[in-house]
Amino acid sequence: MRVIVNGEQRDIAASHVDTLLSELDYEGTHFAIAVNYDVVPKSRWAATALNAGDEIEIITPRQGG
Amino acid sequence: MVTFYGKSFTSRLLVGTALYPSPAIMQSAIRASGAGIVTVSLRREAAGGKTGDAFWSLIRELGVTVLPNTAGCRSVKEAVTTAKLARELFDTSWIKLEVIADNDTLQPDVVGLVEAATILIKDGFEVFPYCTEDLSVATRLVDAGCKVVMPWAAPIGSAKGIINRDALKLLRDRLPDITLVVDAGIGAPSHAAEALELGYDAVLLNTAIAKAADPVAMANAFRLGVEAGRTAFEAGLMDARDFASPSTPVVGTPFWHAVS
Repeated sequence: MRVIVNGEQRDIAASHVDTLLSELDYEGTHFAIAVNYDVVPKSRWAATALNAGDEIEIITPRQGG
Repeated sequence: MVTFYGKSFTSRLLVGTALYPSPAIMQSAIRASGAGIVTVSLRREAAGGKTGDAFWSLIRELGVTVLPNTAGCRSVKEAVTTAKLARELFDTSWIKLEVIADNDTLQPDVVGLVEAATILIKDGFEVFPYCTEDLSVATRLVDAGCKVVMPWAAPIGSAKGIINRDALKLLRDRLPDITLVVDAGIGAPSHAAEALELGYDAVLLNTAIAKAADPVAMANAFRLGVEAGRTAFEAGLMDARDFASPSTPVVGTPFWHAVS
């Protein structure tokens, strides 16, 4: 299905947040996830289903002022 | 000591982590500044990327308290979601709340700021709002539950120092129980000292250290400037006056004659 990951359209096979992360090679890094502006805590990654058109943000710490 | 939401710190200097020539210089400069709190941001990570991990381990090595920001957010919705991502990512309820109104001035959208602060405080956040020097805005932020208010000295990265000194003095006078931080626009240690002399609890800056020819030496200079300013405030500054007043005693001046 087609979703938006970090502002870009992507065709994905994964149906849940945790499998999306492994499909996109994100596993093991220090990051946070929002789906349609709702933050999905790590404890809910496996239980959170994705739907076509979802907007997913995958975020990490960065330099800031 | 200065207290932010019940947590006390020796240093009254908060520094950013951006724009340094190298990660090693960033670490050395932060150590030289003596800052106990550093600001960080959140950005999208590319698939398979490890940029965030690398940066985060540098920060953890410093052993400082992290204040995540919502820099770049243009709406209440973006800022609120970014704050929640920060809470998840950094395991902190602290958020430096920025809602930006204009890309050229980086002026805070003060209406959106109050709205976002209200939402986040109800959700348990401890908000550090980046705002203008406007008293009515600061008062709204305090009414919303902010215990810290961070007015700008001048636009972000401008290095102009305190442009509206009278308004900043008024904020200090009217909000005696609020932890006030001058955030943004500080270009020189003298600007930081001036903010502390006005009774501000702390200053937050980034570019003035990171973009100095020698960021580590400049970090040390800011540490000293902040200490000088605070010490002067505690010592009690004399009031300015319109005319001269002799410092050398007049009594016993040689060749003095009473005017007859």
